[in-house]
Amino acid sequence: MENRLIASSSPHIRADESVNKIMRDVVIALLPATLAGVYFFRMGAVKVILAAVIAAVLTEAAIQKICKKPVTINDWSAVVTGLLLAFNVPASAPWWIPVIGSIFAIAIVKQVFGGLGHNFMNPALAARAMLLASWPVQMTAWVKPGVDAVSTATTLGMLKEGTGEVLPSLGDLIIGNVGGCIGETSALLLIIGGIYLVYRGVITPRIPVIYIGTVAVLMLIFGGFDITYMLTHVFAGGLMIGAIYMATDYASSPVTPKGQIIFALGCGILTAVIRKFGGYPEGVSYSILVMNVVAPLIDKYTSPRVFGEVK
Amino acid sequence: MSLLSFRGGVHPPHYKEATERCKVEKAKEPTRVVIPLQQHIGAPCEAVVKVGDKVKVGQKIGEAKAFVCAPVHSSVSGEVKQITKMLAPTGEAQCVVIESDGLNEVHESVKPKGDLANLSAKEIIEIVKEAGIVGMGGATFPTHVKLSVPPDKNVDTIILNGAECEPYLTADHRLMLENPESIVFGLRAMMKGTNVSKAYIGIENNKPDAIESMKNAAKEYNEIEVVGLQTKYPQGAEKQLIYACTKREVPSGGLPMEAGVIVNNVATASAIGNAIKTGMPLIERICTITGKGIKEPKNLLIKVGTSIKEIIEQCGGYNGTPGKLILGGPMMGHAQYTDEICSTKGTSGILVFTPEEARLPEPKACIRCGKCVEICPAFLQPIYVSAYSLNNMYDTAEKYRALDCIECGSCSFICPSKRPLLQSIRVAKREIIAKKRKSK
Ligand code: SF4
Ligand code: SF4
Repeated sequence: MENRLIASSSPHIRADESVNKIMRDVVIALLPATLAGVYFFRMGAVKVILAAVIAAVLTEAAIQKICKKPVTINDWSAVVTGLLLAFNVPASAPWWIPVIGSIFAIAIVKQVFGGLGHNFMNPALAARAMLLASWPVQMTAWVKPGVDAVSTATTLGMLKEGTGEVLPSLGDLIIGNVGGCIGETSALLLIIGGIYLVYRGVITPRIPVIYIGTVAVLMLIFGGFDITYMLTHVFAGGLMIGAIYMATDYASSPVTPKGQIIFALGCGILTAVIRKFGGYPEGVSYSILVMNVVAPLIDKYTSPRVFGEVK
Repeated sequence: MSLLSFRGGVHPPHYKEATERCKVEKAKEPTRVVIPLQQHIGAPCEAVVKVGDKVKVGQKIGEAKAFVCAPVHSSVSGEVKQITKMLAPTGEAQCVVIESDGLNEVHESVKPKGDLANLSAKEIIEIVKEAGIVGMGGATFPTHVKLSVPPDKNVDTIILNGAECEPYLTADHRLMLENPESIVFGLRAMMKGTNVSKAYIGIENNKPDAIESMKNAAKEYNEIEVVGLQTKYPQGAEKQLIYACTKREVPSGGLPMEAGVIVNNVATASAIGNAIKTGMPLIERICTITGKGIKEPKNLLIKVGTSIKEIIEQCGGYNGTPGKLILGGPMMGHAQYTDEICSTKGTSGILVFTPEEARLPEPKACIRCGKCVEICPAFLQPIYVSAYSLNNMYDTAEKYRALDCIECGSCSFICPSKRPLLQSIRVAKREIIAKKRKSK
């Protein structure tokens, strides 16, 4: 009996946390917005979401098989990437757009750098940027919610171009009854998912709150203290999904609390500046990608003050 | 009552239900005890008995030859059979093996030390030293060393640690319920011995009955304040406890003394109380024997040197095949290879896991979730310290302040990827200290 005793180093108990659980929680948090996307954009959304998720999972499995690494598709992380990518694609896109996006996200951005935890950029966002650069037409063919898929512009697009179209009401914006990418429409459901993630301890409110807050304050100033203008910027477009689900991506954001604050501030400032002064009506993706690149630097210079240390 | 605490920390399940209501029972008399000559941090003792000598209860058998050292005493009366190197909970150590004659004759030196009012500070510290008292929370640092404040240091507060933040353990909890007077008496002796006029007794608020009991016992003494602490691990860690009670931070790399505080465990205080009142040195202690691998979990008063195997037999034996045997709590205790070892002054708990519970989780790649950074009570970045240690970059690990790690294990506990964070940080600490020694 004696030699069967395991004499390992302390601690001898571990928390009931695991990568699978965390990723599954993210999927659960994204479900309401997914269903809303399907409700608003019908079969178009179903097709894009399925294509993205299936392609992501298959790519992960295939690459790990080829590299003779343990296949980790049951950790749900590929599902998360696929889902997030689908959220960033218009419902009118042909099926191969999300497929190419997912393959790129998993194969290039995630696995080439060593897999989960090693990607220095958010895979879904990087893939979206690639798709947008390569197929700008398909990636911006927005449709109005509903069965007929009437083409439209996004709210932010209308705001930027000043097309004179009637802007959707704030209520529609918050619920998501507007044109845009599949998953970025319903601010309300995205926020509910975010609250679930905070409650489950998957993310801290730090990054989303500071990110969205910064955009709100800057847009208030840029818009000459027009509250509706500010709220439109907060609830329209990719800010909610970006701030809650993309900027909080573990691998590509800082781990230190102070670093996360700086990171979120940076994302917010960049987003506001791009939207106001840049060439794009959006700006969330590029802001986060840029901050992803500097995240390791931020981490390096924001080491917390050690307990008892006089700085 | 406002709850005091520190920043960081984790919330492991308590697992205290099995024994928190079990009254302390006296363990069966051991027929043979194995008493290590080193049961404390510091230099080992020298044996002052020979094989064949008759010894009595409370008789000194190991003399402290250095300052950071605590003498050891016989816990039984009988005959010294062997003095040899044996396996002890902290590794190989010189041990005195005594066969009990079952009479428990008390040694002549064991006499009450008189009224606290008539004892000088110096005498009190001498009593503590001669009684072989060490930190009984598990760290086993000689208590008289803690109480000997150098003249250039200004200590104004003593904190008694009754947090018992380790899951499973209930020994201190029971002591606070069953013998609070002895704790308060010991605390007053320490205060007199160090000329300190303010004391706190910190207890986690998951033990309201203990808080009540201690408040009651200390109610005559205005200078002693019983404070409720938030239930959170590692609330009982020295620096975190000091911060919770006084909002003072012990300087990095420094001793509690440098924040003007001395911390002792409640069991240590009780042992001091005992040593003054009866003259009996530290030869027995309360220990919680628990875990799913134990048939009848108990709190037992056990004599130093009793075989762990015998103690477990008194608790109904193993419940199925044991998977892991831990001395101390599950967060900081030491896993043992065998139950053929003896208990010591530091054995606060004997914890047995089933093979199922003992199975080590498979570590996965770090997902950079930042949880370890978020919860480290020393405010380190375990993710980086550990990564540098694993890459043999000990200098960088040192820059990331590996030496400030208090080895509480919270980071390994929380990591969703089950990474052996503390284990690798320990390696770095060892390497860094070894290098420092060499360059000196
Ligand atoms: S808790 Fe584990 S997975 Fe999370 S950052 Fe720390 S080491 Fe990495
Ligand atoms: S790094 Fe050290 S002090 Fe920090 S949580 Fe881990 S074991 Fe505790």
